[in-house]
Amino acid sequence: MSIELKNIAKTYDNNSWILKGINTRIKTGEFFAIVGPSGCGKSTLLRMIAGLIPISSGDLQIDNHSVTNLPPCDRNLTMVFQDYALFPFLDVEANVGFGLKARKMDVVKIEERVANALALVDLTAVKKRKPRELSGGQRQRVALARAIASDAKICLMDEPLSNLDAQLRGKMRSEIRELQQRLGLTLIYVTHDQIEAMTMADRIMVLNEQQVQQVGSPAEIYQYPANSFVATFFGTPRMNLLKAHCTQIHNHSLVIDPQLSFPTPFDLPAGDYFIGIRPQSFTIVAQISKANATIKNIEYLGTEFIVYVELDNGAKIRIAAAKQSSLSLNERILVKTPEDFLIFDHAGRAISSMKGTQKNGRTTKQAVQTAQ
Amino acid sequence: MEEQLNKQFKPLNKIAIPKLQKLKKIGYDVNAKDKIYAFLFLGPSLLILSIFVFYPMLRTLYLSFFLTNTLGKPTVFVGFNNYVNLLTSSTYLNSLKATITYVIAVSMLTLVLGILLAQAASKKIAGINFFRTIFSGTMGVSVSVAAIFWLFIFNPSVGLLDQVTTFLHLPTINWLTQPGWAMLAVIISTVWMNLGFTFLIFFGALQSVPKFLYEAAEIEGASKSYQFFHITFPMISPTIFFISIITLIESFKSFGLIDLMTAGGPDNATNLMVYRIYQDAFLSGNYGSASTQSVILAIIISLFTLMQFKLLEKKVTY
Amino acid sequence: MLNNMKKSKKDLLLQYTGLTILAVIILIPFLIGFWTSFLPTEEISKGILWSNHISLNNYITAFTQTPIIRYLFNSFIISFLTMIAQILFCSTSAYAFVFLKFKGRDLLFYAFLATMMLPFEAEVIPNFATVRSLNLLNHYSVMIIPFLASAFGTFMLRQAFLQIPGELKEASDIEGLSHWKFYAKIVLPYSRISLYTLAAYSFLTSWNQYLWPMLTTFSDNFRPVQDGLRQLQSQESFNNWGMIQASAAIVVIPTLIVLFFGQHFFKNGLNEGALK
Repeated sequence: MSIELKNIAKTYDNNSWILKGINTRIKTGEFFAIVGPSGCGKSTLLRMIAGLIPISSGDLQIDNHSVTNLPPCDRNLTMVFQDYALFPFLDVEANVGFGLKARKMDVVKIEERVANALALVDLTAVKKRKPRELSGGQRQRVALARAIASDAKICLMDEPLSNLDAQLRGKMRSEIRELQQRLGLTLIYVTHDQIEAMTMADRIMVLNEQQVQQVGSPAEIYQYPANSFVATFFGTPRMNLLKAHCTQIHNHSLVIDPQLSFPTPFDLPAGDYFIGIRPQSFTIVAQISKANATIKNIEYLGTEFIVYVELDNGAKIRIAAAKQSSLSLNERILVKTPEDFLIFDHAGRAISSMKGTQKNGRTTKQAVQTAQ
Repeated sequence: MEEQLNKQFKPLNKIAIPKLQKLKKIGYDVNAKDKIYAFLFLGPSLLILSIFVFYPMLRTLYLSFFLTNTLGKPTVFVGFNNYVNLLTSSTYLNSLKATITYVIAVSMLTLVLGILLAQAASKKIAGINFFRTIFSGTMGVSVSVAAIFWLFIFNPSVGLLDQVTTFLHLPTINWLTQPGWAMLAVIISTVWMNLGFTFLIFFGALQSVPKFLYEAAEIEGASKSYQFFHITFPMISPTIFFISIITLIESFKSFGLIDLMTAGGPDNATNLMVYRIYQDAFLSGNYGSASTQSVILAIIISLFTLMQFKLLEKKVTY
Repeated sequence: MLNNMKKSKKDLLLQYTGLTILAVIILIPFLIGFWTSFLPTEEISKGILWSNHISLNNYITAFTQTPIIRYLFNSFIISFLTMIAQILFCSTSAYAFVFLKFKGRDLLFYAFLATMMLPFEAEVIPNFATVRSLNLLNHYSVMIIPFLASAFGTFMLRQAFLQIPGELKEASDIEGLSHWKFYAKIVLPYSRISLYTLAAYSFLTSWNQYLWPMLTTFSDNFRPVQDGLRQLQSQESFNNWGMIQASAAIVVIPTLIVLFFGQHFFKNGLNEGALK
């Protein structure tokens, strides 16, 4: 089942907008993540799709039929909540069968569906327990089983893993993904966690400040972010943003300092720019003669080091290094111009993206357009 | 608590052992201070409770085995005779029956109406606070005020209900002078008085039911009434139990409204337990029998209070 | 969109109708009471409830010819003193049960709990004898002294004190604070919400006392307002309805005002109590 959002907007007072101009088409069987910082309106959007709160303007279509004015139960979808929404006074079985019973389905059929759903999430052994007797992961799975039992082909999930510990979260990620594939669900998944979105989704919608920032596959979003918000939101450690100024009209490079200048793919007009460099793109050379920076702090993360460096012009940057290579605090080093970087204009819109492999760079006008 | 304290003080003890021993030798006792404080802090409460709760209970129990003179002094030990006499007296059994009728009716009505008001006031619409204020309004009404308001409404010649029945060409009901109607009048007045408090408690309970449970049900296609009986009702069941017991206990102790509205009449139809105790003791000077009735009342109320303690221990029933 | 709005408008109308009906049912006794308090008694007696002879005469009569103000004053004194005493004695007792270690503490606590099960109504006979032999009858003290302490209040504050983090006690022990200082400077401020709740509860309970003052007070100088109204009502023996209704209004209006302004605070307090 496909879902189409046409210019959807939300306001509570006809004055200030919670969300504005949301457009996208979610394909049948797609795993679609909506991601953004807290308060960006992602849960509101999901609740509008569910029908729990009315859509202020725009149209929502499921399989090309408008459902904007239909109550939730007529939209033929199911939802998994952040706090699982389990009924504390019902056992696992009754929780899973709650909706079916509410719709007065045949008892034998309910039993069959519930049993199937519980088997799918591996909960058959605890079906007589109450939610409070379950672990966090099991509760989460009860919520999934309820969604499965409803047999709806569209499933909405609102931060379903945010109450689990890191290890369980990793496990549940792949379980949810597997279930989605197996049942052929069209899944809309709301999260504030960029890693969840990147690892699970077929496509991602990035929301910030009431608007869609970008829609694209995880690779597109990571490699060709439409703007500096998207660029810094995805990837750990966070992307570095260096402020650069270009005075002359014909300029082929943006210069931070004599050792650190970034070639531009085309002439840039005079003005302020931001250069985005992923911490992994930098290289450090321990070289005292041409040094342009000082090491302020080093964090060991197991697989890599995060080196906090202050450039001589005062800018602070993060560099991810695979080996510590005998760096020490307050050591003078040379930060070299990386091969991969992005250029954003003064408003944060992406202008170009340079990849070491494709010397000519690529303009991301397309991405910019999708954002607007 | 103690265990926790011990745990935390263990390492301290180890370090402080030599010091403590030294202190003990020169006569310093850590617990002595606690004892003085305990005496000062608990003394007043203990004194008051001893004189006005512990002693009178024992005294009541004692008196219940005696016949008394008109000053309340015990004269003849009669064993369980007072109890036997009471439990075979038709007037006492009638009073007991009236009390139970009253208590059950008041509790049921208070409960149902309280939930209804709370449910109605939970709608998130403009001006709802105005309604919430009105619904909690009877909390500010004391017994005597409530009695005066309702006495006027039930007044057979000038009251409002009389005007309504006259207008509808129905026969006049002598509310407070016909046994069945008098009981109904007292029940209605009590329920009305209870509603403000009950509403507030149920309103709080409804607010504390997580919203996402309803959202989940909404998506699953459960109707509003299904949601009420299968989510709201079980979720607030601890509160329902709590309110039931409080209302039961309070109704067993009803006195003011009875005294003001019916004085136990007509024909003893509303002569509830406490009112009867008052009559027997302070109007007839029959202290022995009144004490016996007090003991029976205390037993009934203790049972309900025990149930309430059990609930507090469990906190939730699911 | 349109469809949606139409439906919700109909819904809204239904909801407001329901709410209004409920509100009117709750309000009728108030409205009738207040309305008739402005009418001349002669008309009320004739059953004329829709009159335009509205005046404040009943109120003037109530204020000038009955001791209603004195009753209110008595009730206020009694309730206020009871409230202060209960806050003090309940909090010290609760402190002893939570923070002091002494022999027989648990036994004593169970004894306190047990008193909560015993209704005062079942103990009036010996209590009446006690206050009579103590020569307390017909005085403020007879309505205050038996209620200086409360097992319920102690129990409630004990629950509140148990919520105080153990670290606070440990920190004050290290600072060398005495029990009295810890009680006054930390425990009381920390549990102030519970103290407010107890204050409201004990004031209201005292204000609504009926049976006990009726038994023990015989003069208007000490009679609290509940029994004062009873007195007025029985003296006038149903005749002066306008004046009686005015007196009831005089008694109930201050509490309604307090309730109206205290509503927000009160609701929060109750909800907190219900949740925890």
